[in-house]
Amino acid sequence: MADAAAQQVFAPWNAPEAKPIIQFRNVTKRFGDFTAIDDLTLDIHEKEFFSLLGPSGCGKTTMMRMLAGFETPTEGTILLDGQDIAPVPPNKRAVNMMFQSYALFPHLSVWDNIAFGLRREGLDKDRIGNRVEEMLRLVQLGKFAQRKPHQISGGQRQRVALARSLAKAPKLLLLDEPLGALDKKLRQETQFELMDIQETTGTTFVIVTHDQEEAMTVSSRVAVMDHGKIVQVDTPDRIYEEPNSVYVADFLGDVNIIRGKASRKDMGADTDHVHIHFAEGQSPLWAATKRDLAEGTEVALAIRPEKVTITRDRPTDRNNAIRGKVHDIAYLGNISTYHVELPGGQIIKAQTANTRRVARRSFTWEDEVWLSFTDTAGAVLVD
Amino acid sequence: MRRLSWFNAVSLTLGFAFLYIPMLILIVYSFNGGKLVTVWAGFSTKWYGELFRNEAFLDAALNTLKVALLSSTFATVLGTMAAYTIVRGGRFFGRTLFSGMIYAPLVMPEVITGLSLLLLFIAIGLDRSIITIVLAHTTFSMCYVSVVVSSRLVTFDRSLEEAALDLGSTPFEAFRLVTLPIIAPAVISGWLLAFTLSLDDLVIASFTAGPSSTTLPIKIFSAVRLGVSPEINALSTILISIVAVGVITTSLMSKRAIMRRQKEEQEAI
Ligand SMILES: Nc1ncnc2c1ncn2[C@@H]1O[C@H](COP(=O)(O)OP(=O)(O)O)[C@@H](O)[C@H]1O
Ligand SMILES: [Mg+2]
Repeated sequence: MADAAAQQVFAPWNAPEAKPIIQFRNVTKRFGDFTAIDDLTLDIHEKEFFSLLGPSGCGKTTMMRMLAGFETPTEGTILLDGQDIAPVPPNKRAVNMMFQSYALFPHLSVWDNIAFGLRREGLDKDRIGNRVEEMLRLVQLGKFAQRKPHQISGGQRQRVALARSLAKAPKLLLLDEPLGALDKKLRQETQFELMDIQETTGTTFVIVTHDQEEAMTVSSRVAVMDHGKIVQVDTPDRIYEEPNSVYVADFLGDVNIIRGKASRKDMGADTDHVHIHFAEGQSPLWAATKRDLAEGTEVALAIRPEKVTITRDRPTDRNNAIRGKVHDIAYLGNISTYHVELPGGQIIKAQTANTRRVARRSFTWEDEVWLSFTDTAGAVLVD
Repeated sequence: MRRLSWFNAVSLTLGFAFLYIPMLILIVYSFNGGKLVTVWAGFSTKWYGELFRNEAFLDAALNTLKVALLSSTFATVLGTMAAYTIVRGGRFFGRTLFSGMIYAPLVMPEVITGLSLLLLFIAIGLDRSIITIVLAHTTFSMCYVSVVVSSRLVTFDRSLEEAALDLGSTPFEAFRLVTLPIIAPAVISGWLLAFTLSLDDLVIASFTAGPSSTTLPIKIFSAVRLGVSPEINALSTILISIVAVGVITTSLMSKRAIMRRQKEEQEAI
């Protein structure tokens, strides 16, 4: 239990006296006219498991390459342990990177690939041997040690690349989409393995991923990027429940976006809530927000499908209830997603856990249903 | 196998005939027993015997071999370095000029190259000897090496070198341990090319050779001016065999090795 408590308080980004291990200070990177990283400021702390999330081409790899030393910022500085790293060449940085393309040495065996970095340190043979064996066990490739990279599968290559970057136990490990080619089961195992490694070695991880589930599972914090900028940095739960923009809400998982106009006219002294008028003839939605919104501001209510309840009769205990018709049902085994069409044509998704057999579910196509959610279920966003 | 149409068959025959009948005649007459080159007087290997007793020819052959070995090795080192700088050096000052200039000797008439080198050696007071031939051959064959090696480097995945740096090797170690082993087949075929170029060069060698340092092509050329002897035929036959057996098979082998390496590299990504 003490462990869990210790984990709970791991939040150095909130501690004013904590010294970040990595600091991006107004970093801009241009390739010709193209701005890949745009005036980016970011702190990453020691022992963090920091995820970069964003669409392809938003600059994730470029950030990694600047940390590893293969690109230099056009403007701004990057500090590692308080030192400007601009003048330090890649081979002198206590940073290892796992390349998106793996970059395994084709002329060396799996064993020699993993031993490559250790040999450069001039360790003695036994230490190198032990370490390589340890890494091979970790990635379950003991049997393939003597194969060349072209003689193993894509997933195995990815694990060799991972083992090679882990072998030197660096202070900072950069992983560029490290688990993309693994099948789901092995990926989950490796994720937990990575978290274990992180706990035992205290290495700081920066990981690029496409997979938001992966980002949620492993990260201490997640940064969502768009066009060279960081849109939001937060813990996984906050970024999921309190996104600061439609972009972030949309990027992480499934979400309903209901657009409308904010109004506090009928609220009286209640400044914690707002009415959202989203369609003609529908009563306004009632949502909790601390934002200071002028009358008539265009807002979006972002609400996750699993927070929307679907019932046959109008619920009496909730302020927000909308009537609609079941348009489509997506059965996913453990859960079902109902696509419900509102009178105005908008589709709202509601998710329910399938605690009963599917044959006995309560709703079917074209059924008239009620959708309801609480005032705190959604996030009020302004673009 | 596809059958050739009659037109293709004829062109092929004519082409081969055109290329190889002269050599075939030369080889056949090297086994001629008589003194006259053009009159067949029975099979004999006596001219081969004569040849091995002719010290001037043996000396020239030895010189040629020394020059070819040394100059192709130097040319390979310099040419590989030049190729690496051009392909990997980024946009350094004078890069375009350098990469253009390095290929200039490819199109320069040999007579001009030879003459300019001769003038240089005279100007700096370097006596003509084997050394001057080696220098001259290095100069003109290194651009061939650099063409071969740079065409390989262009397709070489840069992230391999970055990975080596990332794992703590110095740029030189990255080159020695990662780049060089992977491009080795191209470097070897560059060396072979330089070796054969040096082996059969007549023009540049005649400008830069001293009286005591003739190479085989020079020797043959001057001997032929006094009349073709069966001995020359024998010598040429030996040269043809060396070239055919040695160089062609190794270059085929290295071509296959290049292809295999490239395949491995692509598959490893
Ligand atoms: N060396 C380069 N030269 C020019 N443009 C580049 C270079 N490297 C990356 N870019 C551009 O920068 C943008 C960000 O790339 P990258 O960081 O690789 O994105 P991702 O988030 O997919 O990893 C892309 O649009 C890419 O085309
Ligand atoms: Mg990328």
